[in-house]
Amino acid sequence: MQFKGRADNHAARTEGTAPEAAFVARPLLRAGRIRQALLFIGAAVLLALAMFAAISLGAKDLTLGTVWAAVFHYDRSLMAHQIIHELRLPRVLGAAVIGAALAVAGSLIQGITRNPLGDTGVLGINAGAMFVVAVSFAFFPNLPYGTLIVLSFLGALMSTLLVFGLGASAPGGLTPMRLTVSGAVTAALLGSMTSGIAIYFDLSQDLAFWYAGGVAGIKWSQLEILAPILLIVIAWSMGLARSISLISMGDEVALNLGLNLKRIRLLGLLTVVVLAGLSVSAAGAIGFVGLVIPHIARKLIGVDYRQIVPLSALLGAVLLVLADLGARMANPPEELAIGIMVSFIGVPFFLFLARKERRDL
Amino acid sequence: MSRSLGTGDARRTKAWLVCMVLAGISFVVIVLGLNTGTIRIPPLRVLDTLFGGGSGRDHTVLFEYRLPRIVVTILAGAGLGAAGAVMQGLSRNALADPGVLGLHAGAALGLVMFVSFFRDLEGSAAVLIPLFTFAGGVVAAVLIVLLSYNRNRGIVPVRLILSGIGVASGLSAITLYWSLRLDEDTYAFTARWLAGSVWGRDWIHAAALLPWIVIVLPYVLSQTRSLNNLSLGDETAAGIGTSVKRQRLLLLGAAVALSSASVSMAGGIGFIGLIAPHLARRLVGPMYQHLLPVACFVGIVILVTADTIGRSVFQPNAIPAGVVVAVVGAPYFLFLLSRTK
Repeated sequence: MQFKGRADNHAARTEGTAPEAAFVARPLLRAGRIRQALLFIGAAVLLALAMFAAISLGAKDLTLGTVWAAVFHYDRSLMAHQIIHELRLPRVLGAAVIGAALAVAGSLIQGITRNPLGDTGVLGINAGAMFVVAVSFAFFPNLPYGTLIVLSFLGALMSTLLVFGLGASAPGGLTPMRLTVSGAVTAALLGSMTSGIAIYFDLSQDLAFWYAGGVAGIKWSQLEILAPILLIVIAWSMGLARSISLISMGDEVALNLGLNLKRIRLLGLLTVVVLAGLSVSAAGAIGFVGLVIPHIARKLIGVDYRQIVPLSALLGAVLLVLADLGARMANPPEELAIGIMVSFIGVPFFLFLARKERRDL
Repeated sequence: MSRSLGTGDARRTKAWLVCMVLAGISFVVIVLGLNTGTIRIPPLRVLDTLFGGGSGRDHTVLFEYRLPRIVVTILAGAGLGAAGAVMQGLSRNALADPGVLGLHAGAALGLVMFVSFFRDLEGSAAVLIPLFTFAGGVVAAVLIVLLSYNRNRGIVPVRLILSGIGVASGLSAITLYWSLRLDEDTYAFTARWLAGSVWGRDWIHAAALLPWIVIVLPYVLSQTRSLNNLSLGDETAAGIGTSVKRQRLLLLGAAVALSSASVSMAGGIGFIGLIAPHLARRLVGPMYQHLLPVACFVGIVILVTADTIGRSVFQPNAIPAGVVVAVVGAPYFLFLLSRTK
């Protein structure tokens, strides 16, 4: 399966230059296109099913017909329609958008750094956003949502610059190991300052609930700000994907093709920071989506980031919608935190990848 | 530099000197720690009270409230400093630290399990909480060792750290799950503990911690030769006649015991196990017979200072010592990371 994906990719690259290769490659390519189309259609169908399931299942189970009617022919006087429209729909849409954003952020990090352990949570980006949110909870408790979003983005930016700056300035450069460790330590530092602030200002449990993450509280008013920005940035990352594919093949390949490595890396990182910072400000620190999903996407579709990025977006949305549904359904009427739900999948995956990591510090 | 290349005797003299100086600093820091708080007692009165004088009120404040806490802090500081030094030697990795390796996450899970299922912070808590946190730390250690073990190479250092990060994330997720269901008061206690607040403040806590330190610390100090050999590399160590696998397991067990016991009384304080051995190495060089005692003293100085600052500077709500240590320790760690190859 994997081999086929690679072959497609190779064919796509050589097509223009060598006629013989192109001749051989064309049937392969066509099969690949069909396969890719099927994968995308499959993922989209999966997302639609997951969203419908998440809207219809819950404390009050609603039939598909009602869901359909509530979404497309909203009737304010019906209770079922109100539940769907006011509670479940923003929640499910929020989960989908944030899942997509986190997965795309993860795939960009992994591509830029060629680091299989790259993830917004592991690299301390979430902790930076969280720290700034804690500070504003403590000192400016009445900030409007829009300002909070901007601030958490700045927090994410701060910790990202720290982690990557330290990793890159070291002799030997940005090894996966160094990036992961400096991310973990930065996260520990910011996390510990966050809990210091929380304890000093008696905010502990408020912040813990926020940190545990969740899309339960997302309202239409927040979604209206968040969703357009995230969707635009995701679309922008798809434009970036071609250069990221080249970077992921190694610096030399990228340089030979005349790519401005520094510029692409910087743009990519900024994109990651926007995606992760906004997601964290809306739903708390949800780790491991960005770790797991890009790996699955790569297994399914090959090494070209032009396909990995959009497929990650779809699959990330599916994962978070299902995780949120699972968090609601696991032990009703209580809700599990969604971040915990995702960790149960993500941590074993991280450990599995860590076991394969051979390079030394 | 040229002096440090001198004879063993010169080094030993230097190590003694450093130890004496650090003991002096520790003494000053401890007296300052005893003197600060809501009721301030001048340093000289502290000394006077310690040796039998002083008023009845000074006596109560000192012996009932401050002294037990300081004793816990001293023991935990020494334990964490030594544990870090041993772990760095064993893994031949300058970045090894009980916190980074996920032992604290295990201890935290133990604590949250205890307060979730027994919900009792009085009386038996003094004995049972350490038991649970200790067990949690040991479970985490076993998990990490299993995950980083390779049939041919033994414990692989890179995997030790990466598995530590992974295991810590996983255990923290479970801890978070349970801690969100706690009532407000218990949660406040747990949050403080997790942030590394010295919570053992009665004589019984000091008494519970004491045996671990006085039994395990001398054992570790008696094994400095093995530690020196192990830090040369497995093959060299085996060549000199060290039974590598057995010694490593025993010493790892000792380090886990020291750090888990300390953490169980002093809370999830990270980074001491990392900084203390580093500073010690700068002061007296890499030989463990010098490094280990110095690391203990440095640990004491750091923890007592951090606890005193956390208690006195940030009134009325104290900041946990662990936060103070992390704010200094994490940047130092990152600095070291950016320097290593």
